[in-house]
Amino acid sequence: MDRPCGVLCNSYAKDMAIVSTRLQWGLLVGGLILLFCSPLFINLQLLSIINLMAITLIAIQGLNILTGYTGQISLGQAAFMAVGGYTSSILATRFGLSFWVTLPCGALSAGLVGVLFGLPSLRVKGFYLAMSTLAAQFIIYWVLMHTPQLGAGPDAVQVSAPELGGLKLTSQQNMFYVIMPLAVLATFLTKNLVRTRVGRAFIATRDNDLAAEVMGINVFSYKLLAFFICSLFAGAAGALYGAWARALRPDYFTLMQSIMYLGMLVVGGIGSTAGAVFGTIFMVGLDQLVTALAPALISIAPQLGLGVTASISKIVFGLVMVLFLRFEPRGLAHRWELFKASYRLWPFAY
Amino acid sequence: MKDETKLKLEHISLSFGEQRVLQDVSIQVKEGELFALIGPNGAGKTCILNCINGFYQPDQGDIFFEGRNINKVKPYKRAQLGISRVFQNVELYTGMTVLDNLMVARHVLMKKGAIAGAIYFGPAHDEDIEHRKVVEDIIDFLELEPIRKSKVGMLPYGMRKRVELGRALALAPRLLLLDEPLAGMNLEEKEDIARFILDMQEERGITILMVEHDMGLVMDISDRIAVLDFGNKIAEGTPGEVSTNEQVIKAYLGAKSGA
Repeated sequence: MDRPCGVLCNSYAKDMAIVSTRLQWGLLVGGLILLFCSPLFINLQLLSIINLMAITLIAIQGLNILTGYTGQISLGQAAFMAVGGYTSSILATRFGLSFWVTLPCGALSAGLVGVLFGLPSLRVKGFYLAMSTLAAQFIIYWVLMHTPQLGAGPDAVQVSAPELGGLKLTSQQNMFYVIMPLAVLATFLTKNLVRTRVGRAFIATRDNDLAAEVMGINVFSYKLLAFFICSLFAGAAGALYGAWARALRPDYFTLMQSIMYLGMLVVGGIGSTAGAVFGTIFMVGLDQLVTALAPALISIAPQLGLGVTASISKIVFGLVMVLFLRFEPRGLAHRWELFKASYRLWPFAY
Repeated sequence: MKDETKLKLEHISLSFGEQRVLQDVSIQVKEGELFALIGPNGAGKTCILNCINGFYQPDQGDIFFEGRNINKVKPYKRAQLGISRVFQNVELYTGMTVLDNLMVARHVLMKKGAIAGAIYFGPAHDEDIEHRKVVEDIIDFLELEPIRKSKVGMLPYGMRKRVELGRALALAPRLLLLDEPLAGMNLEEKEDIARFILDMQEERGITILMVEHDMGLVMDISDRIAVLDFGNKIAEGTPGEVSTNEQVIKAYLGAKSGA
C-alpha cells in the first residue's frame, strides 16, 4: 500500500492495513452507508441493474481468484453458475428447503463440480486448460438441455422467492439486501484471501509454477483449491440469480456468458480485486445501456436492420474488448492506480 | 563444523533416452559445509541439483537427506524437509513485490488455510506479522530495504539474483542449493554475493551445495569441491587438492600429450 505523504507506519500491522488514514475510513464507512441506503432513493429499474451487477460481481470475484490470481483460464464460469442455480432451485422445489439452506448447498455443489473439471490442470496449462474448461461449459449446458428431470430442458423453471421470517422477499429492494451484503462479503473475502498465505501461493503458482513447487507449494492442490473457490462463488451467484430472476433458463448460462465474464475481468484489470468491481460495473452497465438504447437506434437508423440491433450488445462488447486490449490491457484498475498516484502528489509533479 | 552427513548421493545414474547424463555419481555433503560442484558445461551439475529437488528421478541410486531416503519424496515435500534452491536463470514471481516473494517462501512454515486467510483479521493477520519479522530480518541481511515494495519484474538482474537468494533463505533451509549464484554479475556484485554466501554458512549454519563457474571464488570460499566431467565424478577434495589434480586440469584445459 502506498501511503499519502507524511503517513508513516510504525508497525507491520499498520504497514499491512489497507484502510489506514481517517479519510479512508470515512470514505469506506460513508460509502457503505450510502450503498445500503441507496434503495431508498433510486428507482426500481436502476436498482434491478445494481442487483444484477452485484450477483455478477460474486461470480467475477471467483473467476478473478482462479484466472487473475492463480493464472488458470476458465471458460466455464457461467456453467458453474448454472450448477449452483439449478441445485439450489431443485433442493427448494423437491425437498422444500429454505433458500438459506439451498444457497450454500448450491454453492458447494458448484464448487465440487468445479474441482472435477479442474482435475485436468494437473497435466495441462494455459490454452489447453482453457479448452478443457470449455468442455465443462458444453457438458453442463448439454446436461441441462437434455435432462428434463433437472429442470425443464430449454424452458424456464420457476424459482420461488426466498423467505425471511414469514416475509417473501420478492421486491428489488428486498433482494438488494440479500444480494448486496453477499457481494460486499465476496469482495472482502477475495481481497483478504489473496494477500495472505493461500493467496500468495496462488500468485506464485501463476507467476512461476516451477519455483512454487521447489519452494514447497503443492501446486496441483492449490490449483484445485482455486477451482473450488472460483466455482463456489459462481454457485452462490447462480443461486442468487435464480432467486432474483425467479426463473432459470439454460440460455442464460452459455459460453457467450462465460466469455463475457472473462471480458469483465480484462476490462477491470485481471488480478485485481478492485478491478473486478470496476469491470463488472462497467460491462454490466454498458450492456444494459446498449440494450436500452437499441430501440432508439432502430428509429434513428432503420436501415441497419433487426440483425444488427438485436446483437448490438455483443458488437459493443467486442469493440470494448478490442479497445481495452489495445489501449489499456491492464484494465481500469491500472487507471485507478495511476489516478491515485497523481492525486497523492498533486499539485506537484513528483 | 560437525562431521555429520547432511546429504548423501549414492551411485546416482541418470539418462535421457540414449544420452547418459550422470554415471554412478556419489557425493557426501557434511553438516555446515560449503560444498562446490564444478565442471565444464554440460557435465551434469544442474542435473544433480534437479535430482536433489526431485525434478528428475535418477535411474539408479539413492539420495539421502539427513539420513532419510528422499528418492520417492515429491518436490514440494522436499522443501518442507528444508531443501531450498536458487536457480541458474532467475525464477522469481515477477508479479509480486520483493516482500511477497520472500513471504511465499515462508509458506511451508505457515499454517493458516484459506478460510482464516479470507477472514484475515485474527489468526491469519497475526501469523503474517510473525513471519514478516523473519522476512524483514532477511531483507536487512541482504540489504534489500529500498526495493522492499518494488515489483520483482521491474528490478535489474543483479538485484533479482539477490532477491532470489533472499527467497531461498526465507524458507529457513537446512540445505541450500545454489545454481550459479554469480552468473552474469560484475565484480562488485560478485563480492557482495560471496560475502552473503559466507555469512549464510557461518552465521546461520546453513549447509550449502553450490554449482559455480567462477573458479577464483570457488577456490576461495568452498570447503570441499567435487568435479564432474561428462556425468562422471573425476575428483573430490579440498580446493588445494582439486586444483592440482591432473584429471581436472585435463578436463578444463583439454588433454595435452606429454604436458
